[in-house]
Amino acid sequence: MKDNVIIDLKNISVAFGDNQVLKDLNLYIRDKEFITFLGPSGCGKTTTLRIIAGFIEPDEGEVIFDGKKINNVPPHKRQVNTIFQRYALFPHLNVYENVAFGLRIKKTPEKEIKKTVEEMLELVNLKGFNKRNIDSLSGGQQQRVAIARALAVRPRVLLLDEPLGALDLKLRKDMQVELKNIQQRLGITFIYVTHDQEEALSMSDTVVVMDGGVIQQIGTPIDVYNEPKNAFVADFIGESNILDGVMLDDCLVEFSGHKFECLDKGFAKREAVDVVVRPEDVDVVAPEKGMLCGVVTSVTFKGVHFEIIVDIGGFKWMIQTTDYEPEGAKIGLFIEPDAIHIMKKSEYSGIYGDYSSFSEEFDELSNAEEEVEE
Amino acid sequence: MNNRSSFRTKLVSSPYIVWSVLFIIAPLIFVVYYSFTNSSGSFTLENIEALSKYIPTFLRSIWFGIVATIICLVIAFPLAYIISQKTDKIQRTMVMLVMLPMWMSFLIRTYSWMALLQDTGIINSLLAKIGIGPIHMINTSGSVILGMVYNFLPYMIMPIYSVMAKLDRSMVEAAQDLGGNRVAVIRRCIIPMSMPGVVSGITMVFVPSVSTFYISQKLGGGSFDLIGDVIERQFQQSYNYNLGASLSLVLMVLILVCMAVMNRFTGDEEGMVI
Repeated sequence: MKDNVIIDLKNISVAFGDNQVLKDLNLYIRDKEFITFLGPSGCGKTTTLRIIAGFIEPDEGEVIFDGKKINNVPPHKRQVNTIFQRYALFPHLNVYENVAFGLRIKKTPEKEIKKTVEEMLELVNLKGFNKRNIDSLSGGQQQRVAIARALAVRPRVLLLDEPLGALDLKLRKDMQVELKNIQQRLGITFIYVTHDQEEALSMSDTVVVMDGGVIQQIGTPIDVYNEPKNAFVADFIGESNILDGVMLDDCLVEFSGHKFECLDKGFAKREAVDVVVRPEDVDVVAPEKGMLCGVVTSVTFKGVHFEIIVDIGGFKWMIQTTDYEPEGAKIGLFIEPDAIHIMKKSEYSGIYGDYSSFSEEFDELSNAEEEVEE
Repeated sequence: MNNRSSFRTKLVSSPYIVWSVLFIIAPLIFVVYYSFTNSSGSFTLENIEALSKYIPTFLRSIWFGIVATIICLVIAFPLAYIISQKTDKIQRTMVMLVMLPMWMSFLIRTYSWMALLQDTGIINSLLAKIGIGPIHMINTSGSVILGMVYNFLPYMIMPIYSVMAKLDRSMVEAAQDLGGNRVAVIRRCIIPMSMPGVVSGITMVFVPSVSTFYISQKLGGGSFDLIGDVIERQFQQSYNYNLGASLSLVLMVLILVCMAVMNRFTGDEEGMVI
């Protein structure tokens, strides 16, 4: 399992004053993988990245790179390079000189610098931009320069700190694909930090979900989406209905006053659990055919589907369906056994999963705040 | 609507326009007028021709100005850097300390240096106690330059500091990240990015140093006549306004030339900060 590990973080703890940012974090990163630290702002993901870059020294624990402890190694001696959140390009240098910066420090021969810079600018589709001023570039182009600059020094590991946060949606999607391509072509390790779950799922080999300075779950995108470990992960990654349930037997769970077949085993008899049902896994049927029955309280058109909120015994479910159901309609819900995922109770139980106070606008607002903070 | 807003704009900017006409443009016109006329008011080039005898004074002024500016820069740059690296609270205190001498009169500051530097002054009497000296310090070119450096140093520190304090931390981190050790980060990142501050600092020290008159009289003992002293005498003693004006005019042109040369060397996009 632990073969070709390039970075190993062991029992890392960091506090800024009274604020414990990371608590006994353990994580290893394999060579050549695309790993993403995902979590809300303040979860410790950027701090973890900065520890790997060398800008923060952990209070406790070991940072191991290629088998050697590097806690005290300054950033300029590490084989990792960073793409900064706001790019941090040098305004006094043009595109060519920005990309050449690291090579000049290494005293690379001029001929080689020229070759590498041209190669890197081609890689990021900025051929012919050599003489351009940084200020004259768009956000997306600056982003590309930052990538070229970091890759020019041939790092073993590239650290990306929310690199696409400042770009608009369309550009962000294009860059996601491009970053993934670059990573596969160069065959180096990418460590990516983001609070955007969709970005994390679509690009990564491994996703590390963090909250409160603790790793909540590590796994492939499919694993963390389909098999969330606790209510936090289930809520943060995608939309989910999280309900209190009781495990009656192996493969039999009761919630919302109804018994459901499921695929989960190994719980104690009558153990209280969290039940996750993804909104897209619920089928809308006629009331008499449904396992559960409720009244539609709101409908939102989302393009691909409708997002409807259904009140079932006081708990508001979110359901994504392609069939329009008017507000006030009585509908039935049908849930397949493989759509039900059972989780052990955790400190996050009961905080998430009910869409009673769900409001798109509020969500956007809190997102905007988050970005300002970071 | 449009008319009214442009009228308002004019109204708001009018005090500034009146100010610049009264105190900047009008005096300049007077300087030019006096330079090319004699005492009876008719056109002449005599004043300009008479300047040739002041060439050594001009050269000395510029030389002293350059030396003082370089010394200020050498002291101010590292100091500004050190201040900008401290926490906010320490930064505020240190900036206060830099500004503190400016709260006292320029005259008093220069007189204090006389008291310090005299052959029987404070420094020499302290040195005598430990058996050194006396060292002759006052009335040398060194003491004049010391006076300039002391008086104009804050004008070098402040603009450099204010640029450095605003430097994005992540630029420095990016430079480290790309393999720069301390020296490389300072040389390739901090120095070039502080250039706008350096340019305005140089301007703010060089211009008053070249045209100063009081420092050279008090700390130079009259043996290091600078062009400012000559101009002052034309107005205060000889009442030769015409010669005084032409001296000022030429000094102004020389300063502009010096600044233009410097701006050429320090890159153009920062612009003229005069």
